[in-house]
Amino acid sequence: MDPQRKRKIRLVVALSTAVLLAVALIYTSFSASTEAKEPSQLLSATPGTSYEMTGRVVKGSIKRDGAGIAFRVADRDGGGQSLPVTYEGTVPDPFRGGREIVLTGAIASSGVFVGEPETLITKCPSKFTTKSDG
Amino acid sequence: MASLGSALLGLAFLAALAAGALAIAGRKGDERLLRLSRRTVYGFCALLTACVVIIEIAFLGDDFSFNIVQQHSSIETPTGYKMAAMWSSQEGSLLLWAFVLSIAASAALYATRNKLRDLVPWATAVMMGVAAFFTGLMLFAPDVDPFATLDPAPVDGVGLNPLLQHPSMMIHPPMLYSGYVAFTVPFAFAIGALVTRRLDAEWIRATRRFALIAWAFLGLGLLLGARWSYTELGWGGYWAWDPVENAALMPWLLGTAFLHSIMVQEKRGMLKVWNASLIVGTFSMALLGTFLVRSGVLQSIHAFGDNTVGPYILGLIGVVLVGSTALIVSRLDDLRSEKRIDSLASRESVFLVNNFLLVGMTAVIFWGTFFPLISELFTGEKASLAAPWFDRYTTPLAILLVLFTGIGPLLAWRRVSWESAKRVFRLPLIAAAVVALALAVFTDAADNLWALALFAFAAFALTGLAQEFWTGTAARKRLSGEPGGQALVGLVSRNRRRYGGYVVHVGIVVLLVGVAASSSFQTNRDVELRPGESTTIDGRTITYVKPTVSVDQEKLGFGALLRVEEDGKVVDTLRPSRQFFRPTGQETGLISTYFAGEATSEVGLRTGLGHDLWVAEQPNVAAVQRGARLADKGFQACVRGEPGTPPQCKALGALMRSAAANPSLRPQAFEQITKLQGLAAENVAKTFLTSNAPSTFKIIVNPLVMWMWIGGIIALAGALIALWPSRGRRRGALVRSEADARKEAKYREIRDAELDHAAGKLSDEDFAALDAELRDEALEILDREPIA
Repeated sequence: MDPQRKRKIRLVVALSTAVLLAVALIYTSFSASTEAKEPSQLLSATPGTSYEMTGRVVKGSIKRDGAGIAFRVADRDGGGQSLPVTYEGTVPDPFRGGREIVLTGAIASSGVFVGEPETLITKCPSKFTTKSDG
Repeated sequence: MASLGSALLGLAFLAALAAGALAIAGRKGDERLLRLSRRTVYGFCALLTACVVIIEIAFLGDDFSFNIVQQHSSIETPTGYKMAAMWSSQEGSLLLWAFVLSIAASAALYATRNKLRDLVPWATAVMMGVAAFFTGLMLFAPDVDPFATLDPAPVDGVGLNPLLQHPSMMIHPPMLYSGYVAFTVPFAFAIGALVTRRLDAEWIRATRRFALIAWAFLGLGLLLGARWSYTELGWGGYWAWDPVENAALMPWLLGTAFLHSIMVQEKRGMLKVWNASLIVGTFSMALLGTFLVRSGVLQSIHAFGDNTVGPYILGLIGVVLVGSTALIVSRLDDLRSEKRIDSLASRESVFLVNNFLLVGMTAVIFWGTFFPLISELFTGEKASLAAPWFDRYTTPLAILLVLFTGIGPLLAWRRVSWESAKRVFRLPLIAAAVVALALAVFTDAADNLWALALFAFAAFALTGLAQEFWTGTAARKRLSGEPGGQALVGLVSRNRRRYGGYVVHVGIVVLLVGVAASSSFQTNRDVELRPGESTTIDGRTITYVKPTVSVDQEKLGFGALLRVEEDGKVVDTLRPSRQFFRPTGQETGLISTYFAGEATSEVGLRTGLGHDLWVAEQPNVAAVQRGARLADKGFQACVRGEPGTPPQCKALGALMRSAAANPSLRPQAFEQITKLQGLAAENVAKTFLTSNAPSTFKIIVNPLVMWMWIGGIIALAGALIALWPSRGRRRGALVRSEADARKEAKYREIRDAELDHAAGKLSDEDFAALDAELRDEALEILDREPIA
């Protein structure tokens, strides 16, 4: 085969691989992603659908609940109604009232947001902010 | 002091601008201006060093009139953390950025002071432009002045967050930053090369070391962060595909690609557009990493609040991307390859594949990291991608990378004949097959085919690398007549780049074996145990022997004594605990404040080459908290002298009242209260020992995770070998002209070819052709050299 043609074939193969990867990325990312919502939006969400909730743990609401814990989460800006949440398993170190968390889970028929184990992320206490957020 | 600091910072800003301007003015080769510009850069470095010293003195001397000290340190903060507290603040980390850049720029200009006369002025201008940007941010952007003061000065500071009080947190940020910053140097020289159309490999030769240093620092920073997460955060993982982690990994991956592909340009004059684009990408990613930590655009455990400098950094990234792209496009004609790839079976084409894999991986991570923004753009809903999505793409890419990590070193440059390929591939292929078979038969590794493939490829790569060292040593023994050990040392020290690189490959393969094993075959369980109860996990029996308590001024610790038995024998005792810190700045006061601050886990860890046993405890402290509230009530009643309280109470109450009126009695009252409170806190905490409360334990058995850390250390050692100056350079030969450098590079290529031939990688015929070609090229260089 002459080198010119060989180079062309290589280029086509490389480009189509890149395009395939890109299509796969786009397709799977839209289907595998979980929608991020704030607690006030989740109050009326469909039970059973998986959501990623981001919000602020209500101070003084954390209680033990069997092997797990129960607490309430409000919107990050503090507005709106808070949502009851249960979570089983151990929580990350920085977890406490007033902290922002990210948790994947679904609303149960009882209206409680049930977190999936191992999905609770607590934001680092903001070491770059000068305000102590208590 | 603070006003002196401000003045010095202002001067530094002017020095950066002046150095850049002088360099541009002297670009036509005005020696005097260029020398002045270089010295101004050294001056810039000295000024920033003085700024850092002033801040450090303020930290060490508890000068709380400095806002930065008051907010991030306290009298109680241990000395080591006082020194490290600078970069836990936003303004302090900007200062660190500029400071590290000033060192890198000075070092780069010193190293090139007699070379690349046309290119250096532009590189100086780019580096000083970036330096002026970061210095200017501190001077002109709101809320990031490191020399802001408080008047009057408070008596104590807020203190450093207990979660950050971990040895690796002292060096993790400066390592990452040094990595980010050092990529500025190759970027600046690339821009210089593009502007002046000096697009041979000179700019690469001049800055290769900086790229490697940046890569090593960034890698060390990532490793330290992973270690901190594993032992300190209480979730047992070392990587979570968190946006900020990704932001540090992306420049590292692109930097890895760059370090490989520049070799192709050095040796073969190819991939010029690619290399220029890669370094622009790497530098932009490094800026993006700095930006993500500051901006809070993405949900991250690292998203540190206030968004004051984010937009500016985003602006800089935009300027870098647009400017560089325009420059590359306008120079496309000069960036044509000098040669073509001879054969698919050659080292350069393997480098190309490895580049595609690394860039592909970066693209995947970039897409996943920014997906919340992308999705909001298209669907109006923020949606995010979790770890499984990242794993789906990065796993196969990482496995292929391991394979090519093994293939690359086995192939010679230019072309490989079928005969020599057969010779070098035989042993590694056998090793891979044997390992795959043995693992499939004797272990349950076959449950996870990805992991099995990775282990087989790792066996292939490690055998191939060992074979490289073996045949190289044998060849040197034949050529020089040295005995075995000496020949190996001689081989490595004469070919530091090559063999240092191989050591890095060994380290990365070992690291990925650790990652694959610990992520695919981990046992992870949450159990609730009361004292005396036990559980069995993976053949080990773990017994909760008894609860433990520790009390001091700043924290209460509730833990457990765990007995670990394997095959009926006691092998270890672990002491996981959870520490409850008082909010910073409240080292006295009511006992219940102990539960109002941070809590951190002290992990119980039994490390081994085979397995790690990792245990974190979540003690049930509800009863203790109730006790603390009761004790606080009792104390208040006591001080008020309510009926039924012991007589000492009355005395303390009287003392406190008189102290309120008479400040000289305050220390005495304070001491009394602290003593009593300490005793009460101890009594309350000790109720945990008898409460028989169940604790939740998170128990993880992590196979081979130890090899991740070992692999990381091996890789860093390899980078050091590659960086170590060769003997000729150390012996006063620092001042080398460009022609010398070019000559030496060519001689090295000839030596490489001889070695490959002696090691059996090049057939006689290929070697003869290659050697003749290289010698011609060497003669050409000698011809062009002016006669001295």
